[in-house]
Amino acid sequence: MRFFEYEAREVIKRAGIPVTDYGFTTDAAEAGEIARRIAGPTVIKSQVLTGGRMKAGGVQFADTPEQAEAHAREILALEINGHAPRGVLVDPKAQVEQEYYAGVVWDGTRKQPVMIFSPVGGIDIEQVAEEQPEKVGRRHFSNILPFSGFEAKEVIAATGVSGSALNKLVPILTRLARLFVENDMILAEINPLGQLTDGAFVALDAHMDIENEARGRHRKLLAELGVGEEETRQAREATAFELAGEQVDAQDHRGVAGNVTEFDGNLGLVIGAGGGSLTLFDAVRAHGGRPANYCEIGGNPSVAKACGLAKLVLGKPGVERIAVMMSIVSNTRVDLVARGVIKACLELGHDPAEKIAIFRIPGAWEEEGFKILARYGVEYVDRSVSLNEAARRAVEKIGGGDAATGAPAAQAAGGVAPGSES
Amino acid sequence: MSILIDADTTFIVQGITGREAVNLTRECLDYGAGAKVVGGVTPGRLGRDVHGVPVFDTVAQAVQGHGAPIDGSVVTVPPAFTKDAVFEAIENGVKLIVIVTERIPRRDVAEMVELATLRGARIIGPNCLGIIVPDVVKMGGIGGPAKNAAQAYTPGPIGVISRSGGMTTEMSSTLSAAGLGQSTAVSIGGDAIIGSTYAELMPLFEADAQTQGIVIYTEPGGRTEAELARWVTENRSRLPIVAFMAGRFMDEMPGMSFGHAGTIVEGKEDTASEKITRLAQAGIAVAERIEDIPAMIAEKLAERAPA
Repeated sequence: MRFFEYEAREVIKRAGIPVTDYGFTTDAAEAGEIARRIAGPTVIKSQVLTGGRMKAGGVQFADTPEQAEAHAREILALEINGHAPRGVLVDPKAQVEQEYYAGVVWDGTRKQPVMIFSPVGGIDIEQVAEEQPEKVGRRHFSNILPFSGFEAKEVIAATGVSGSALNKLVPILTRLARLFVENDMILAEINPLGQLTDGAFVALDAHMDIENEARGRHRKLLAELGVGEEETRQAREATAFELAGEQVDAQDHRGVAGNVTEFDGNLGLVIGAGGGSLTLFDAVRAHGGRPANYCEIGGNPSVAKACGLAKLVLGKPGVERIAVMMSIVSNTRVDLVARGVIKACLELGHDPAEKIAIFRIPGAWEEEGFKILARYGVEYVDRSVSLNEAARRAVEKIGGGDAATGAPAAQAAGGVAPGSES
Repeated sequence: MSILIDADTTFIVQGITGREAVNLTRECLDYGAGAKVVGGVTPGRLGRDVHGVPVFDTVAQAVQGHGAPIDGSVVTVPPAFTKDAVFEAIENGVKLIVIVTERIPRRDVAEMVELATLRGARIIGPNCLGIIVPDVVKMGGIGGPAKNAAQAYTPGPIGVISRSGGMTTEMSSTLSAAGLGQSTAVSIGGDAIIGSTYAELMPLFEADAQTQGIVIYTEPGGRTEAELARWVTENRSRLPIVAFMAGRFMDEMPGMSFGHAGTIVEGKEDTASEKITRLAQAGIAVAERIEDIPAMIAEKLAERAPA
């Protein structure tokens, strides 16, 4: 989960890294007050989780508190790439001599964090790495040994930085490395890290991303920063349909029937498991089908859960039929899923044979499952029919895609317009 | 032969009294020649047994009870306790650890992997279903109950490596139906940091005389495919590889995560199309559909067969 700049700066401040005497507010008048307290030129920065805010007019400079208030009013009303700002940050305009870069990320291949440092900051580090590779220092550090100052010193020295700058930077990078580890970050970046005219260093902007799986052990920090438990900060906010999917999954602890993402097609998908869902979603689209949703079932969900998910998908406006498909299951019971989806049809007053375009879940308890499906006249197939072929038949039944038009599968892409509220 | 495990491999199950672990233990005991599950660990449950497997409070007790070093452990404890359980196994001399648990923060995974490396141990997973040597032995829930596993997996020349547990079985079943059995199938897990990547398992398959070709399941996200492409290019592998790439639709939706935790696309190199290009450049054929895999790998095997 990404942090807003004002949150990231707070984390940096708590770690003992110098920051400017900035203020955060959601109110233009208060922005003026902060500027008055700063008593000098200020920068007003939109707080949004998207790039390009400078270009979009989300960063403005002010000489007086009145100007600061006026800019804040504009910026608070300015959407950037479809994101409304959370607020504005009012920052003293620092007298910067030079801009540096410092960051820590994971290297999944080495399986260690890597610290990155450059005396060329304020721009994308990838660009610096490409144009001036000698100006970018990198150093992996141990997951087990405590981070030690010499590691920061080495990465800084490797870029040719020496003198008092080196000595002032070592504790800053050391603290950054530690806060990355302690807070379960997947990105912690100070850019620019400004060197002021008096030689002191101060963090002027920061980007941070905390790992979702680790949020549970940082409840105190997140609460203090004002991050709500429900905030996911995904690329887009969850739709009502997706939230309803989470509720279905939360109704009991047995298995998974959720991870719903909304699309705007006519073929409802009750699919699984993780890899199977990805494969099936691709297959439906390759045949020109238009999925109404993505989802995942797995881990042996209860009948109630499978039923809840099927009902949710069936009830989505525009859904004509559902396809119930999974890769071969080992611990999920075929019969339980079969009972769940049939129950969903019946409870909504539908004929399962009509509403279920195809059922393709081979594996554990399949004989029992197939018996139930046969009783209700639902078309089912076993493992001899591939995921791809099952998806093709489902698309054909709904009268869509290449099955109807004769277009070759590879060309038929078919609508991925996620999350249109229906 | 096989990689990682064989009929003689001894292992324990940590968290053995949990519902899924009880099933998994039964499945492993029933499959093939019957796995040598020499103990289970659940703190506070010393003296019980699960399907005849003695339960201990600590790994040290399990080792003592067995009277000899134990080769492996299947770890099924909740995410908050996994790191401690894995450290415990490593410090008690266990050399192969299969972590089933999902949703473990990557810092914990990285710590476990680094300790394992220091001690000469290997981790498979987390968020995986384990390892299977068809008709011989399985370690983990892979393939499910013995009867179901026997239906999907058959012995043969293909090594299977997959980031998805379920798709390991789907692909192996497709290979089996085409008469192409598997030497060993490994579910490596779908997280951003995993104990053993494709490239890290390749040398083992390379050294296994039974293995003649490799089939992998891949997804968007992470650098493991790039690492494999580099390994293949640098090491002139004798093994032809066919890859299947799922989640191609995700390229149109940056920043969204589907399927496994590792699929979130964080950079351009992580996308499905970038990976396909990279794999193809290394001579790895990328299948559009699962059902195309058997013919593709068979063709490659024929090309490399001695005249």
